[in-house]
Amino acid sequence: MSSLRLRRRRFLSIGVASLGAALVSGCDSLSDAPDVESILDSAEGLTYRAQRLLGGGHSMAREFTAADLSPVFKVNGTHKPEGDEYAALVESNFTDWRLRVDGLVARPLDLSLEDLRNLPQRTQITRHDCVEGWSAIGKWQGVPLSIVLQRAGLLPAARFGVFHCADWYEHALDGTGQYYESIDLIDAFHPQTILAHSLNDAPLSVGHGAPLRLRVERQLGYKHAKYVMRIELTDRFDNIGRGKGGFWPDRGYEWYAGI
Amino acid sequence: MRAMRTMTDIREVDLAPSPRLKRVVFRHALVTRVTHWINLVCVIILLMSGLQIFNAHPALYWGQYGADADKPLFEIGSDESSDGGLTGFVKIGSATLNTTGVLGVSANPNGEIVERGFPRFVTLPAYRDLSLGRRWHFFFAWLFVANLLVYYVGGIASGHLRRDLLPNREQLRPKAIWRDFVDHLRLKFPRGEEARYYNPLQKFAYLGVIGVLLPTMILTGLTMSPGMDAILPWLVTLFQGRQSARTIHFIAANLIVLFIFVHVAMVLLAGPLNELRSMITGKFVIYPEAGHE
Repeated sequence: MSSLRLRRRRFLSIGVASLGAALVSGCDSLSDAPDVESILDSAEGLTYRAQRLLGGGHSMAREFTAADLSPVFKVNGTHKPEGDEYAALVESNFTDWRLRVDGLVARPLDLSLEDLRNLPQRTQITRHDCVEGWSAIGKWQGVPLSIVLQRAGLLPAARFGVFHCADWYEHALDGTGQYYESIDLIDAFHPQTILAHSLNDAPLSVGHGAPLRLRVERQLGYKHAKYVMRIELTDRFDNIGRGKGGFWPDRGYEWYAGI
Repeated sequence: MRAMRTMTDIREVDLAPSPRLKRVVFRHALVTRVTHWINLVCVIILLMSGLQIFNAHPALYWGQYGADADKPLFEIGSDESSDGGLTGFVKIGSATLNTTGVLGVSANPNGEIVERGFPRFVTLPAYRDLSLGRRWHFFFAWLFVANLLVYYVGGIASGHLRRDLLPNREQLRPKAIWRDFVDHLRLKFPRGEEARYYNPLQKFAYLGVIGVLLPTMILTGLTMSPGMDAILPWLVTLFQGRQSARTIHFIAANLIVLFIFVHVAMVLLAGPLNELRSMITGKFVIYPEAGHE
């Protein structure tokens, strides 16, 4: 009896161990199977709908006080866009820089930094959450995106705002790699979604996205496009980059980064 | 309605229920059994994909913010010596432990030694891919929550949670807890009538996981979502910040791993076939009390 039980016990522990090993090695090949990927991806739609349903798209990100600011706000992603064009913009202190707003709009705009500073401003101290896991708190100042979009006048077909950036984060063989991001109109018209030109009471440094970066406070850091050159209003983004709506979404990350 | 039968709702399978004979009782309801195994799959995948996500920034902080320039409570990292050799370390507060080979520095599939928080054999996927780790994590997080809700609703409706898991007055007496503690140390497992019910330490462990650790994992997980923080701002207040929530998420995950090890050890010691069968078919054998054999 006892030897039988011992054998059973050994059998079981071997069984459990091999099940574990199969799970571990199996998951890697599973991860690469396209069907499994699409099943895993279904969670993103669920998360998006659940958060929109619960918050109605109008919930506000927490705003902090000056006492809560991170001593150092980490620079991440591109530290300095390459190329002569951007270098010339830095050289001229961005006086020649213009923000282009076009696509599905009634009145395409070309706005200078001066123009943006003369529009109504919003200042907010918010927490920036990187997809890697760290957070930093900074004080941002800029124009609510809704004000710029109202000036441009959206056409009824417009569904997304696409932010085209000056930096190439990667030079991929398929010609993609220029940084871009996109958000829906719920986030575009959210009061805390601003085009920021200042961090902690100083003009944006090159590392933080000079001269202009997007703040879309209820989503992760990679949605907050730096070095914004152009805002394109569209009804689709499958024809941009690799078609997933952003540099990182094109590389496997969620388009909706509220999680 | 066999599905709704619970541990104490016993069906005698043997014709002569006598303390001197082996008896088969019906121990676990269908809801308990099904949710147990779904939960196991979810928890294993969540733990492993969680370590993949953790590896993207293997440091933990307390408070609202925390990044490279801030002082972590816990950190896994690596140092390179002048000859190019890599040393892995874990820093907890001011203490530093050398963990080369396991944490901070470990082998990649080609056997090369590389910088890496947790080693490849505990992460999902094994290779470094934060985006894929996140997709596994969030898909199984949804399944995990749905499964846990089914268990809660089933457990409350059938009275299972109250009747089988809540310790009774007798079991809460220090003497009873102490006696159970000593029994566990001696690896003495109850037989006869006593084996039909969970002992005090068992109840504390199960309730601790079902009622405290698993909900803590969900709430701290939600607190890391910037979208959820805007919807439920009290989450951030409750855990004193997103970075604190991330730290608590990690600690609670470790406690779940500890529970799994103890739980599996107890199953193996108490009679793995009988215990496993009871969680698969529901049938559990009660062995006669010692001295009657």
